[in-house]
Amino acid sequence: MPQGDHIELHRKRYGYRPDYFERKRKKDAREVHKRAAFAQKALGIKGKMFAKKRYQEKATMKKTLAMHSERSNRHKADDQVQEGAVPAYLLDREQTARAKVLSNTIKQKRKEKAGKWDVPLPKVRPIAEDEMFRVIKSGKRKTKQWKRLVTKVTFVGPGFTRKPPKYERFIRPMALRFTKAHVTHPELKCTFNLEIIGVKKNPNGPMYTSMGVITRGSIIEVNVSELGLVTPAGKVVWGKYAQVTNNPENDGCINAVLLV
Amino acid sequence: MDVDMEGPKNNIISMLTDPEGRNLGTTFDLPQAAGPKELHALVNAVLKNEETLPYAFYIEDRELLEPLGSHLLKHKVSVEQVLRIVCQPQAVFRIRPVTRCSATISGHTEAILAVAFSPDSKQLASGSGDTSVRFWDINTQTPLQTEVVHKNWVLCLAWSPDGKYLVTGSKDGEIILWDPSSCKPVGPALKGHKKWITALVWEPAHLETPCRRFASSSKDGDVRIWDAVLRKSVIILTGHTLAVTCVKWGGDGLIYSSSQDCTIKVWETTQGKLVRELKGHGHWVNTLALSTEYVLRTGPFDHTEKAFKSAEEIKQAALKRYNAAKRDSTERLVSGSDDFTMILWEPAVSKQVKARMTGHQQLVNHVYFSPDGRWVASGSFDKSVKLWDGFTGKFIATFRGHVGPVYQISWSADSRLLLSGSKDSTMKIWEIRTLKLKEDLPGHADEVFTVDWSPDGRKVASGGKDRQLKLWMS
Repeated sequence: MPQGDHIELHRKRYGYRPDYFERKRKKDAREVHKRAAFAQKALGIKGKMFAKKRYQEKATMKKTLAMHSERSNRHKADDQVQEGAVPAYLLDREQTARAKVLSNTIKQKRKEKAGKWDVPLPKVRPIAEDEMFRVIKSGKRKTKQWKRLVTKVTFVGPGFTRKPPKYERFIRPMALRFTKAHVTHPELKCTFNLEIIGVKKNPNGPMYTSMGVITRGSIIEVNVSELGLVTPAGKVVWGKYAQVTNNPENDGCINAVLLV
Repeated sequence: MDVDMEGPKNNIISMLTDPEGRNLGTTFDLPQAAGPKELHALVNAVLKNEETLPYAFYIEDRELLEPLGSHLLKHKVSVEQVLRIVCQPQAVFRIRPVTRCSATISGHTEAILAVAFSPDSKQLASGSGDTSVRFWDINTQTPLQTEVVHKNWVLCLAWSPDGKYLVTGSKDGEIILWDPSSCKPVGPALKGHKKWITALVWEPAHLETPCRRFASSSKDGDVRIWDAVLRKSVIILTGHTLAVTCVKWGGDGLIYSSSQDCTIKVWETTQGKLVRELKGHGHWVNTLALSTEYVLRTGPFDHTEKAFKSAEEIKQAALKRYNAAKRDSTERLVSGSDDFTMILWEPAVSKQVKARMTGHQQLVNHVYFSPDGRWVASGSFDKSVKLWDGFTGKFIATFRGHVGPVYQISWSADSRLLLSGSKDSTMKIWEIRTLKLKEDLPGHADEVFTVDWSPDGRKVASGGKDRQLKLWMS
């Protein structure tokens, strides 16, 4: 393979040979025969390699020929009928998949009564009391130790007012009070920032439930009115349960999975 | 009328006018205690009607529901000038709102995309994503016939106004004509469009009977006028650069087509020439509505169940109904668009925007004139349905209640009730007189794609993504 552009330079200066084009044409025409002769005569590994390359070439050529001829033949429309039929006014629009109320309300009520739920995290690590509370010393000599500070995230309702500080036994710091949770829909795999309505159950005990402590595995009730869910009877669903999946006191946010 | 009145016996000088603004009779001195009933008797006497027709009375666009005196006090209407009372004639018959789902019929194996009652309300047809067209028996509420002829989703359905043909359009651009009496297709598919069919509409019965011509619009940007007897497309109206979303055939013979290229084109149908181009929207025009649309769709059939024997009779009856619905006003056109607004046009007169109707917060998906042409209702993806005045385009009320985008709306034949179907799987019936929710129709398991109220007002059919066809009655 000639390197450098001296050939082009020569061509620019002096032009092509008079018989250049005819010779080129004839040489290209002979190529076909030469190739065929090589394919027939080559033996051993050389032959095998050439045959493989040649086969691939032939396959692609057949495909392009078929593609070109497709335009001319009319064949029966065999476009597959797609799934997910939508009416004409929705055809040019992309629609996000929406959450449906899949569970039957009667079944839900029965489950609620029994207190058994199909939850994503059935078992959680039990949290000891000394991990949950920190002892606060009070009094003039700092000897009284009846006050406790909650070290985990809590939820207090909108109408919450503290007890008078002198008498309050459990202190829930404002920094650890959250109102919103990042709730993921398990089927749609999308996450919404929804308001918490209340803490339904904390697996560590009823005392923590009544205090509103949110730890990993606790069931909270969230406001889903922005999802636009409707029950089969036509009522709008505005509250659903979700289970917390992270340790909120470590992350600073509450991540939960919606229980459908 | 001898009415024992208490309190000051002030009389109010008032003038009765008809909806177009003309005065009926001279000024009257009405007592304060006169209410809708007394006015009703007065109007019928003034107009010398042979049978007492029902009327609704409006003072400054608010309906008069109580005695004059209290109405004026409540709304602080001044009595210094002559009080103008607009008398709107109402439909003689009254339709009862549907309340319950009488039947849930399964049969389709994919979502139901279009449902339509025949103009005489005797038959029901539905098209679905499983490429089949099904006919349903309304009396027994069971499937009548299933035909799989289309090769792709059946997107649109249209009955001819005389009830003799049904035409369906599909996603691969094919159109098939059906004979409803035998529920079989008439001949092979009509090919011509290259992409899916977005809308089908027949020529009005009063222009030509028996109904032969219909128009179809498609994503490929053309509108084709087909002849059902010759079985080919006679005129092709090209001009739109993007998909044509909706096509309507007006009572005066003009075709209106709206497109994603933000324009509406008005065509005349003898030669297929463009008459006017209506520009005004900033985004896709999704839907069109004509003030006489309902009458053109139902042709000669009305609430009296008459059977017609000859084509001439059908034409005369259709013409009579059309003239009664049109009265003296020109045909009005409302277009709803993705730019969240609607525009009221008078396309036969000028190409200027007559009124811009803004207020929706999401795209407007469906607009529909009431059968008497007085109101326009619009359903939008912002979960609300808005009611506007059909003559001036003024906003009247919003109906809120849906929790998902509103897909389709339908009027009852007496223009008193409005039905809306939405993505949240419920349908709601709204009453126009009180401007409130009348009935809630839950029951579908998934999005409701299409609703239709039968022209005789007895049944509502709805279909959607859950593949069930539901029939509702009162």
